[in-house]
Amino acid sequence: MIEIKDLHKSYKMGSNSLHVLKGINFSVEDGELVAIMGSSGSGKSTLLNILGMLDVLDEGSYTLDGVPIKDLNETKAAQYRNKFLGFVFQSFNLINYKSAMENVALPLYYQKVGRKERQEKALKYLEQVGLREWADHLPSELSGGQKQRVAIARAMAAEPKVLLADEPTGALDSTTSYEVMDLIQKINDAGNTILIVTHEPDIADMCKRIVHLKDGVIVEDKKITQVRASQYV
Amino acid sequence: MFNKDRWKEILEVLTSNWFRTILTAFGVFWGILILIVLLAAGKGLENGIRSNFGDIATNTMFMWTQGTSMAYKGLPKGRRFTFKLGDVDAIRQKVPDLRFVSPRNQLGGFNGTNNVVRGIKTGAFNVYGDYPDIINQDPMSITSGRFINQLDIDGKRKVAVIGEGVRASLYDVGEEAIGTYIKIQGVNFMVVGTYRKNSNDGNAEEIQKEIFIPFTSFSQAFNQADKVGWMAITANDDSSITQLKEQIFTVVRENQKIHPQDLRAVGHFDLFEEFNRVLGLFKAMRWIAYFVGVLVLLSGVIGVSNIMLIVVKERTKEIGIRRALGENPWSIKLQIIMESIFLTIISGMAGISFGAFVIYLINYFLASNGPIEMFINPSVSLGVVLVALIILVVSGLLAGFIPAQSAIKIKPIEALRME
Repeated sequence: MIEIKDLHKSYKMGSNSLHVLKGINFSVEDGELVAIMGSSGSGKSTLLNILGMLDVLDEGSYTLDGVPIKDLNETKAAQYRNKFLGFVFQSFNLINYKSAMENVALPLYYQKVGRKERQEKALKYLEQVGLREWADHLPSELSGGQKQRVAIARAMAAEPKVLLADEPTGALDSTTSYEVMDLIQKINDAGNTILIVTHEPDIADMCKRIVHLKDGVIVEDKKITQVRASQYV
Repeated sequence: MFNKDRWKEILEVLTSNWFRTILTAFGVFWGILILIVLLAAGKGLENGIRSNFGDIATNTMFMWTQGTSMAYKGLPKGRRFTFKLGDVDAIRQKVPDLRFVSPRNQLGGFNGTNNVVRGIKTGAFNVYGDYPDIINQDPMSITSGRFINQLDIDGKRKVAVIGEGVRASLYDVGEEAIGTYIKIQGVNFMVVGTYRKNSNDGNAEEIQKEIFIPFTSFSQAFNQADKVGWMAITANDDSSITQLKEQIFTVVRENQKIHPQDLRAVGHFDLFEEFNRVLGLFKAMRWIAYFVGVLVLLSGVIGVSNIMLIVVKERTKEIGIRRALGENPWSIKLQIIMESIFLTIISGMAGISFGAFVIYLINYFLASNGPIEMFINPSVSLGVVLVALIILVVSGLLAGFIPAQSAIKIKPIEALRME
């Protein structure tokens, strides 16, 4: 599904440049649930941004579902993001003047799906995350956990190949974190490929594979036995 | 472009901060209001001046003789000559596109001696020998009886059409004028009609004191033979007398044996040229109105552009999210531009409507307080409103363009990092 070879990325900070990713080789199979761990500054967010086509790589290659990702203009990148990827952010990033349902329907709108179908699908995904009754509420009327569930529903609505989650539980207390992880595990059980960036070991343990990043290189890449979040809920 | 979601979003954005939206809209509103009111005022002035020209056929020139200034074919310079009926026929035959060629003769004049007598009443009036066509060139409304007709011309009938001013000085109030006789320089003419001319000029009284008699009767009664005093020549509506007049002069010069280069032999007054000069003035005034109006509008448009920049700034993160979710940058650009155009058009429409209301008020006061000289019925035509709308759309487009550009210039990842 994801194939990364010899990835380099550096940022220019005034006169000196900061080498963030120093040659990453990494691949993800279909249906995996991968946690990318590392301390801050290890380059995990940068890696996720490159995977999410929000940032461009300096060297190396990136293939997503057999499609080489390079030299994208903004229009093309937007199109690929919409087709291939679903994003879940630490700060939820819901659009605050749109209701939960409208937020979920947004990626479908960009796919030019008709209004009726869009609403039906949005409601279906809200149902899956257990927020059917909250469809008409604005984000400001939802709790943190609910917001993140709406965000997950939104990420799933476009039926992406890969779900990218950047610290999805970073702004939540542990109970809600486990609820959200439970949801992510269920989505993964249904066959979706998911990448999670986190620095919380207990969250990482709920994935099937942990990739440790340190100073821009992968120091550890191991498969683990998944801890089910449902036992904490 | 016309999808419901986009419009819903435009309304959501613009109504999220009412006070700011209204303040911004006011700039455009004010600009278009000033444009409309200026144009209407110009139109009012134009209408006033146009009505001074009255109903006179403006595509007209008047032509008279002045004496030659060059010797030609053995004839000396300084020779006096008069138009003959032959000249009139020659002009009619050789110059196409002329609507009316009216030979005229005239008795009396400004400050002339008393020349008309009725019983014990006398008066000094301009007496014209005319063809029936003259009523089309110098329009008047017949208040009773009729005007001169072709039968009068053919039969050299001694009939007269008198102005209301003449009637007032020769007749008692309420006395019937039709069928009575007046004596013009000793010759009796029967009154067959009375007229009144419209003018709000200074000479309004003077022009009611004229007497029209058939051209042929005039020639016979006052021994003019085939002499023609002067001519009033009107061109067809689709050609201009200013362009045709040289041809006319050439014909006259040939007929009267005048040197072809003698420009002073024939005098003329070109009403059309004069009229066009005045119209040119209004054209210039209209440009000034557009200039000032558009400049005022421009400051409003800059206001819109400014606010759109702020809106874009405020929504940077949202735009980042949308792009992460896969919205096409063009779609974002279109959204911003449409918001800008929508705001401009709505406020512009309000300005146009309010402008129309102001014009209505001006007209209302003009109507209730009586007319003001040279200012009649200020108004704007549908064409002007359409032009104003086009200006609005274009300026909305311009106002939205820079903010839209800045909205997609920032990378989604940077937009997402904004707090």
